[in-house]
Amino acid sequence: MSQLPLRAQLASALGRTAATLSRATGRGDGSVIGGRVGLLLEPDLLRKLAHEKRLALVSATNGKTTTTRLIASALQELGEVATNAFGANMPAGHVSALSSNKAAPYGVLEVDEKYLPEVLDTTEAGVVVLMNLSRDQMDRAAEIWLLAQKWRRALAGRPAHVIANCDDPLVTWGASTAARVTWVAGGQRWHEDSWCCPECGGPLDRAEGIVNADWACRECTFSRPEPNWILDGEDAIDPYGHRWRLDLQLPGTANRSNAVIALATAAAFGLDPQRALPRLREVKSVAGRYTTVERDGRVMKLLLAKNPAGWLEAFDVTRPDRPIVLSVNAQGPDGRDTSWLWDVDYRILAGRRVYVTGERRLDLALRLDVAGVGFTLVDNFGQAVGALPPGDIDVIANYTAFQSIRTEFGRAV
Amino acid sequence: MQSSLRIVWIYPDLLSTYGDQGNVLVLEQRARRRGIPVEVVHVRSSDPVPEQGDVYLIGGGEDRPQILGAERLRRDGGLHRAIQRGASLLAVCAGYQIMGSVFGGEEGQPVPGIGLLDISSGRGERRSVGELAAEVHPSLGLPTLTGFENHMGVTRLGPGVTPLSRTLVGTGNGDGTEGCFAGKIIGTYLHGPALARNPALADLLLRWAVGPLPAIDDTWYERLRNERLGAVLKP
Repeated sequence: MSQLPLRAQLASALGRTAATLSRATGRGDGSVIGGRVGLLLEPDLLRKLAHEKRLALVSATNGKTTTTRLIASALQELGEVATNAFGANMPAGHVSALSSNKAAPYGVLEVDEKYLPEVLDTTEAGVVVLMNLSRDQMDRAAEIWLLAQKWRRALAGRPAHVIANCDDPLVTWGASTAARVTWVAGGQRWHEDSWCCPECGGPLDRAEGIVNADWACRECTFSRPEPNWILDGEDAIDPYGHRWRLDLQLPGTANRSNAVIALATAAAFGLDPQRALPRLREVKSVAGRYTTVERDGRVMKLLLAKNPAGWLEAFDVTRPDRPIVLSVNAQGPDGRDTSWLWDVDYRILAGRRVYVTGERRLDLALRLDVAGVGFTLVDNFGQAVGALPPGDIDVIANYTAFQSIRTEFGRAV
Repeated sequence: MQSSLRIVWIYPDLLSTYGDQGNVLVLEQRARRRGIPVEVVHVRSSDPVPEQGDVYLIGGGEDRPQILGAERLRRDGGLHRAIQRGASLLAVCAGYQIMGSVFGGEEGQPVPGIGLLDISSGRGERRSVGELAAEVHPSLGLPTLTGFENHMGVTRLGPGVTPLSRTLVGTGNGDGTEGCFAGKIIGTYLHGPALARNPALADLLLRWAVGPLPAIDDTWYERLRNERLGAVLKP
């Protein structure tokens, strides 16, 4: 069945056993522990597992879990796909994902931005998907200019086909050393990390108020490449100029951008939009994101937003007539520094019924007070829900706050 | 004095990576709540720094933008002229280091600062990341400083500046002090942002510009301060 050497087969099998135990004992979804056990026994395991597949690596600050899911769904049209569906995006998660479906000819792996050079080096993936870079969990994450620099070095001199969002100047710079790039005008709403040219530091000129405007450095030749694919409102325009109405179930502009990237990636695997798009439309919710949960007639739409760019995207999906619950924690995975709350423009919430909770609710309370947004402070999520009448409620939470809401309401995906 | 208080935010395109916009918003809110008209000016690094501001703010950022920011401020000269005119300045983290004679670049190489504060900075052995609490120099009459630091810098204070505070928790300058001040210039490593966590520091900057201030409702500021200080200063 497998081309793997005996030692790698054993490592992979033991890893799967650990993953099963993890799930059975309720300690996790098994996607990390299985890979850790496997990697410990066979450090070369990821390389060996990867070489049996046609692989795409997906990296970005925001939207990588969703886009990984969209690409994996599309490629199922071609055959079985191994993927890390639960966002376990470091090498242990990759081993676990690939060994859980060894027969699959295709693999789609979400990759943490920092790990991309290492994972590319190990897997020699044929396709690399790069979407956006913005400030995120600054107390533990690498600085993004540095990160883009590392991407450049990792891609230089490799045969990988890169699919990159040319509306993000930093991503464009990070991708532009690759031998082959398909440029996607996927839009960029968050501009605060791209006022300066990544190449020379000069000012970038761009039209204000347009998400996929042309941009160019005033001082050097660095400028937006001509896009091959374009997101135009509700439509994707392919390299032949054909328009495809996206009609996704996933809401919001950010997901339409993710979908165009997914279509361009599918095309790199030889799959045309005619066949890929119906697969993208089937996706309703991704690891609990965009999912709806109900309790006592309160229908809660759950949105995950981990950083300023993510909040901007989440606001785009909420409805002004609904009450909204905001929950913010500052545990390790969230970043322990809450300063980023001050980069989010909360004034859009003025006039809405706003509830504030989470372990760092006082940080958020002061932030809203300074923004002039009225709110009610509550001790926990349940209290907010209890205080609201039956009906639709928008919920935005950052990482561990989101997970704790999901745990309370079940892990239905 | 001109009719409105002019707050100048220097180089948000280069140095605002850590929520430093909050310092601008807090100053603006605290002035407006006292009926003081406010004008906020955002100065991108491609534009000249105006000399006619009252309070100047500069924030934190990555190594490369920090070097670019220092070069452009030196070439521009507007901030120097504003300080000579008597304006006040809050410089945070990378912005704080820029105000000295030298700071550490991407590979630790010395990069010249702009010389508004008698300090020199370099790169330390490890990154200091976490909550910080510190007792402020008694001459300023401010309550305990609270904030979040995230830097690799070590800063030596020269005789021309006074330490802003003595650390209770955290690293700060690296010698038991955090930040410094001289005249109407305050430098600090603190994010949080610094003025949201320390409204009395915001009011000090405002008082330097407009004179005595009436008290305002500080409920949310105080609740956040108490929680943060309580979390790091266990009795």
